[in-house]
Amino acid sequence: MGIRIALAGNPNCGKTTLFNALTGSNQFVGNWPGVTVEYKEGKYKGEKEVTIVDLPGIYSLSPYTLEEVVSRNYLIDERPDAIINVIDGTNLERNLYLTTQIMEVGIPVVVAINMMDVVEKNGDKINTGKLSEEIGVPVVEISALKNKGLSDIVNKAIDAAKEAKPQAPKHRFNGSVEHAFAHIEELCLHDIADENLQRWYSIKLFERDEKVQEKLGLSQEVISHIEKDIQSCEQELDDDAESIITGERYNYIGTIIGDCVKKAAVGLSSSDKIDRVLTNRWLALPIFALVMWLVYYISVTTVGTWATDWANDGVFGDGWHLFAIGSADYNDAAEEFAANQIIVDGYDVYVEENGTEPTGDFEYPVEDEETLEVTYETASLEDYEAAKAYVESNEEPDPANYGVWVPGVPVLVGNLLESLNVNEIVSGLILDGIVAGVGAVLGFVPQIFVLFIFLAFLESCGYMARVAFIMDRIFRRFGLSGKSFIPMLIGTGCGIPGIMASRTIESDRDRKMTIMTTTFIPCGAKLPFIAMVAGAIFGGASWVAPSAYFLGIFAIIVSGVMLKKTKLFAGDPAPFVMELPAYHWPTLGNVLRSMWERGWSFIKKAGTIILLSTIVVWFTTFFGFTADGFRMLAEDEIDMSILASIGKAFAWIFIPLGFGHWEATVASITGLVAKENIVGTLGIIYSASGDVYGAMNAAFTAASGFAFLAFNLLCAPCFAAMGAIKREMNSAKWFWTAIGYQCGFAWVIGLISYQVGKVFTGEGFTVGTIFGIAAICILIYGIFRKDKYKAN
Amino acid sequence: MRTLRDARVGETVKVEKVAGEGAIKRRIMDMGITKNVEIYIRKIAPLGDPVEVTVRGYELSVRKSDAEMVILKEGE
Repeated sequence: MGIRIALAGNPNCGKTTLFNALTGSNQFVGNWPGVTVEYKEGKYKGEKEVTIVDLPGIYSLSPYTLEEVVSRNYLIDERPDAIINVIDGTNLERNLYLTTQIMEVGIPVVVAINMMDVVEKNGDKINTGKLSEEIGVPVVEISALKNKGLSDIVNKAIDAAKEAKPQAPKHRFNGSVEHAFAHIEELCLHDIADENLQRWYSIKLFERDEKVQEKLGLSQEVISHIEKDIQSCEQELDDDAESIITGERYNYIGTIIGDCVKKAAVGLSSSDKIDRVLTNRWLALPIFALVMWLVYYISVTTVGTWATDWANDGVFGDGWHLFAIGSADYNDAAEEFAANQIIVDGYDVYVEENGTEPTGDFEYPVEDEETLEVTYETASLEDYEAAKAYVESNEEPDPANYGVWVPGVPVLVGNLLESLNVNEIVSGLILDGIVAGVGAVLGFVPQIFVLFIFLAFLESCGYMARVAFIMDRIFRRFGLSGKSFIPMLIGTGCGIPGIMASRTIESDRDRKMTIMTTTFIPCGAKLPFIAMVAGAIFGGASWVAPSAYFLGIFAIIVSGVMLKKTKLFAGDPAPFVMELPAYHWPTLGNVLRSMWERGWSFIKKAGTIILLSTIVVWFTTFFGFTADGFRMLAEDEIDMSILASIGKAFAWIFIPLGFGHWEATVASITGLVAKENIVGTLGIIYSASGDVYGAMNAAFTAASGFAFLAFNLLCAPCFAAMGAIKREMNSAKWFWTAIGYQCGFAWVIGLISYQVGKVFTGEGFTVGTIFGIAAICILIYGIFRKDKYKAN
Repeated sequence: MRTLRDARVGETVKVEKVAGEGAIKRRIMDMGITKNVEIYIRKIAPLGDPVEVTVRGYELSVRKSDAEMVILKEGE
């Protein structure tokens, strides 16, 4: 049987750094069962027998936050063999508060005073020998960052575990409190299996801890008996039980600190100086804006997008130039060739349509690759001659001639399949199903990596707490945290890293709320679709794109206000009593490790769902019943596909939204693979007429077009983002709640857009309008109703 | 009755007790705001809320609505 050692300590005490230093790469990272709290365990370097479990950072063992409950349950139910209590040496007072509680759970404890290098630099002195004597457990000075004292602390913990004799806490409470404990023990704890837990339970029962009352299965009679003891003690000391206990703990710590710590004269620390600037009344907001702009610019606008484009269009596309050498030249050449080719093609089209050659200037169509918008440009005969000469004298540029060309995975796999003469169904499955699905998973990883370097940096240097401090006032009104700002900002680029960025929010409720609402903000992939709707249905109106963003913000605010009053998010909001940790420079290793862990967990946890759903959509798109039986279809036969049948079967759902035809339904479904696919699918479906935009314009009115836009912007995001939601929620119930809510909300907004929109676009007032208005009333009720779960 | 909400930036105050009950009260006390502790009000967030205070040698941010639960000693 091996030894299990738990690491416990406050947030920001350097516990993670210690954990990484102790376990190296031998780590398992996951979640505690069914909750959004991260779980980590690893083997101690070189000793397979020793497992180290990293408990969440906590300030106390109270029953109120998820992290505390998870840690508590682990210590009480799983009984690790020893606990290493990590303490931030620069803040002994508050850190020892947790120590006094950990001492009571009846497990051998050793205390590691971390950040000793900083303590020494500040000129403070901690008498660890004396401290050890006073609290009755071994105390070791360490510096996790500088690798000092690490083997010492683990050896002491192993010794303590082998000895298996938990130290009795030296701290005694006030006489009448101890008296009450004795009563409680006698009353209901004398026969519990593990007598080391007696003191812990009696203190918790004294604090009226409901979770412990429940766990011990105490009868109402016993509880009321204990209540009498508590009340008489409370009367005697003129305070409530919880205050007595916490107050006494801190008083006790005060006496220890007085004996063991010598502080140097207090001056402004460098952290204080930094803070003076960063959260200065006038400078805070501009600096905040600058930091956010930097994060966004690098992880979304530039590096992150380059990385994602490389992964999506290069590795999982046609291919890419090694080190991007030659890409720019190739692009220029390809563009020039295409620009000439299009004029030549345009000339041919003119000849075909008119039967004669143009005698002067002629118009030719130019199609936008992303939005499929067709515009017309004019060329003269001279232009044509020049273009023709260019096309004839030059060959279409081959990327391989411009640098070291690395073909994309689909190209390589495609060639391989072709050379093996694999049948087209199998090759379709592999190429369009599996490879595309894997691409959808891996394509986002580079951007997640880039973003998480930033988040890890902001978190470990201490600025993230200031983000919450600065933005709290705005976001808490919507049931969100100040830290929700970052997921939403990143969400404008890509919802996946946005959802994953919610990991930095401490409160479980705020985190779930953020996960549920982040993808309402239009991400980059939705932009081509927005442009298509604007161009095809609204004649290129400039208000459509901004309205998509307003709609997203509106959806977040309304959802936040409505949801926080529902049973799902019932109860008092998590208290925003937050430590603002001292600023410090993070280590590169820790930042990179955090980045890697989060990126990898996305691949592992989200990968399966993304892959499977991509394959399902591929299958339903490319197979169907035709006149000659069930077979594989060509791309433009989508109207015969299984997907089209599904679209036809479910189109009625969208009749109240004005787009109850299978084309729109199918496009919405393929949008789940990736939102930009909506454009492609509509392009294929409406291509028969030769004028995609014209056909779309005919299929949608202004009201139904906007409803279609609104629905697709707000409904369930793409599979990759759904995978991220699943990963972060870590609970099937919450995953489906989130997806269900998003789709339901999108449907209601679509309904309102169509039914009420009709009135304003001259389609008149109908029965449907009443439903639209009713839906508005329900939303308003949801926003303004009384919060019956809120205490006073 | 003066509460932490009423304290001004730059002031040092002493706590009489923490009122109320439940999670928020416990959290406030867990973070070290208990009877007789001294609190220094450092600054107010740029948007007017929350408040940053120094207590037991570290920085803590508290919303004004929660700060109301912290009752201060008079005349000190």
